[in-house]
Amino acid sequence: MGGGAILRYSLHRLAILLVVVFFLFPIFWIALMSLQTNESILRIPPSMVFTPIFDNYQALITGKLITQAGSLDLPFMKNLFNSFFLSAASVAVALILGVPAAYAFARFKFRLGENIAFTLLSFRFAPPLLVLLPLSLIYQTIGLDNSYVGLIWVYQLICLPLILWVVRSYFEDISPEIEHAYRIAGHNWGQSFLRIAIPLARPGIAAAGLLAFIFAWNNFVFALILASADKQPVTVGALAFVTASGIQYGQIAAAIILSILPTLLLALYAQRYLVEGLSLGAVKG
Amino acid sequence: MTDTVLQLANVNKYFGGSKAPMLHAVRDVSLDIKSGEIIALLGSSGCGKTTTLRMIAGFEQVSSGRIDLGGRAIHDQPPGKRGVAMAFEGYSLYPPLTVRENIGFALKSSRLVKSQQQQQIDDIAHLLEIQAIMGRYPSSISAGQQQRVSLGRALIRRAAVTLLDEPMGQLEPQLRAVLRGRLKKYLREHGMTTVLVTHDQTEANALADRIAVMEGGVIHQFASPAELKHRPATRFVAGFIGEPPMTLFNAEFAPTHSAPGQFAASQGQTGRAGGNGCDIILTDSEKKIRFAATGLSDAVTQRLLALGTATIGIRPHDVRLSQVPGPGPGSEQGENSAAEFPLTAAITANQWLGDQTHLALSLDGLPLVAVVHRPFHQAVGARISLSLAADKLHIFDLATERAVLHHGVWVS
Ligand SMILES: Nc1ncnc2c1ncn2[C@@H]1O[C@H](COP(=O)(O)OP(=O)(O)OP(=O)(O)O)[C@@H](O)[C@H]1O
Ligand SMILES: [Mg+2]
Repeated sequence: MGGGAILRYSLHRLAILLVVVFFLFPIFWIALMSLQTNESILRIPPSMVFTPIFDNYQALITGKLITQAGSLDLPFMKNLFNSFFLSAASVAVALILGVPAAYAFARFKFRLGENIAFTLLSFRFAPPLLVLLPLSLIYQTIGLDNSYVGLIWVYQLICLPLILWVVRSYFEDISPEIEHAYRIAGHNWGQSFLRIAIPLARPGIAAAGLLAFIFAWNNFVFALILASADKQPVTVGALAFVTASGIQYGQIAAAIILSILPTLLLALYAQRYLVEGLSLGAVKG
Repeated sequence: MTDTVLQLANVNKYFGGSKAPMLHAVRDVSLDIKSGEIIALLGSSGCGKTTTLRMIAGFEQVSSGRIDLGGRAIHDQPPGKRGVAMAFEGYSLYPPLTVRENIGFALKSSRLVKSQQQQQIDDIAHLLEIQAIMGRYPSSISAGQQQRVSLGRALIRRAAVTLLDEPMGQLEPQLRAVLRGRLKKYLREHGMTTVLVTHDQTEANALADRIAVMEGGVIHQFASPAELKHRPATRFVAGFIGEPPMTLFNAEFAPTHSAPGQFAASQGQTGRAGGNGCDIILTDSEKKIRFAATGLSDAVTQRLLALGTATIGIRPHDVRLSQVPGPGPGSEQGENSAAEFPLTAAITANQWLGDQTHLALSLDGLPLVAVVHRPFHQAVGARISLSLAADKLHIFDLATERAVLHHGVWVS
């Protein structure tokens, strides 16, 4: 490696470092905040020197928030569970419905096929508030308000189009002849869907599932309107930190860190499937 | 061994729905394929070969017509139930499996014991020269290697019918020639009924018992390689088969005693006046070229005169060239030579291929191809005397484009 190459390599690394610092700094700052008291957070000027405390995490995990105004119940862990359950169940339902649908859209040309696919996509760019008011009335009438089933159903607006479109394009990239070769060897198309198409599209399904999970996890308005306290996810539950005695910055920061963790772990886990996508090159075309 | 195994009867395929047909890709195709027979679908790109194959395999619905395999209608059955094997144009190997697993995949459900399976896989690998890549994955081997693996995967099944879609298109000529021989031996040994798709005549001739020549979704002729060459059924087959293929001219037939001046013939020699012979006049050139149709029976001559006009074709090997250089334009020619070689052409290209010479000639502007089996030393631009013997001609009806005469024998 010549001098020029080393220089270019170092500059390249430096540029990446700058980008990473720029994007991760807020997270890093929040992590610091989560280890401080409200007073130390609000010091002027701000400082990175402090004695770390774990009171914020303790309060969230035990569910008891102690303030000057007294003790307050915090359903944070319940919220966290709700977030996890709602997101996971929504993605599961969306995968069960969306992957076969994506396969159908990719492989079979049928009347109005494109229109149906586009309508499903349009759910993604319709403003949620537009549907929320009528939806909450309908839900109240049929008794689906404040139920997991009702929420998971609405979450399909977020998850299903995403999975449908991402997975569809993956199926389209797999040569149909690979499946034909399998079918002509004595298998029906159901077997070829399960044994050939799905395994080959696995990176795409993992990516779409992960994205759908994150979108569902981050959703706020649907749950705000349609769920009451015991079904609320963390996004809505975080409102409880705005208390009568002020905003609990430390706990908010700790709550953010705790609620990032599941998606982060999931992303790390799904990464190996995502990377598999790079070696899918041979299948395409 | 001679009973029909695979039968296509009046098979049609429309793309874009049969109500508003956008493309009639396969037209009324009927084929009878005998047990153990190897047939080829030969035609240029886009003529419907793959579509026909995919209908036999079951990946394309027939729009009308029927397909029988072993006396059983299969055109409504799913591909997996038809009992056919296919090597696809696009190879389509299973990416997560090694080459060995790809080939062995079809044997999994067979009742063979492990060692027999391994033996068969090794035999196929040896046949196709892919022993060295058996452990590799499809993404890491070349297109030609993938194609051979794909071929192996189809061959190993020894199915009732094996469909091969351009199985050797990616291979270099030497390897192709070697594999052709081995493939034919393998197919024969196991009595495998095979439909081969190709646009390579050499391949079709070498492998197939019979060849179906396709154009625009229509099968023009389904016959042995020799029959295609000696008795092409249509004008298209005549212009397609043979390397190089025959030269075709539009022509008129006129009685010999009609005045030559009437046609303003620029060259050539009419038949002896007073006989009841017939002259052939090539009409495409501005100056009409006229020469006597000799060596035909009276009956044939009369029928040609009745026909009036036709397309005539001559194989490059059948063009007779004079050994001596031809006369320059306007110069006199010996009487004997003129009778034997009445026409004069200019050489526009002269290619020695090591065992034969391909000559491109210009007959007063009409292109003509001739092949001689010796080096030919005249330079481009030189003139040469030649004859088109009437009893070597293939003659096609202008309207129907079907053959009416081959080598002086009327097609009944
Ligand atoms: N799924 C399809 N939809 C519409 N048209 C099609 C479809 N498949 C093939 N065609 C058309 O049908 C015609 C025949 O195609 P086919 O693939 O059978 O040709 P081919 O003889 O195999 O050509 P090649 O030698 O290039 O492989 C072509 O004009 C093609 O464009
Ligand atoms: Mg083809």
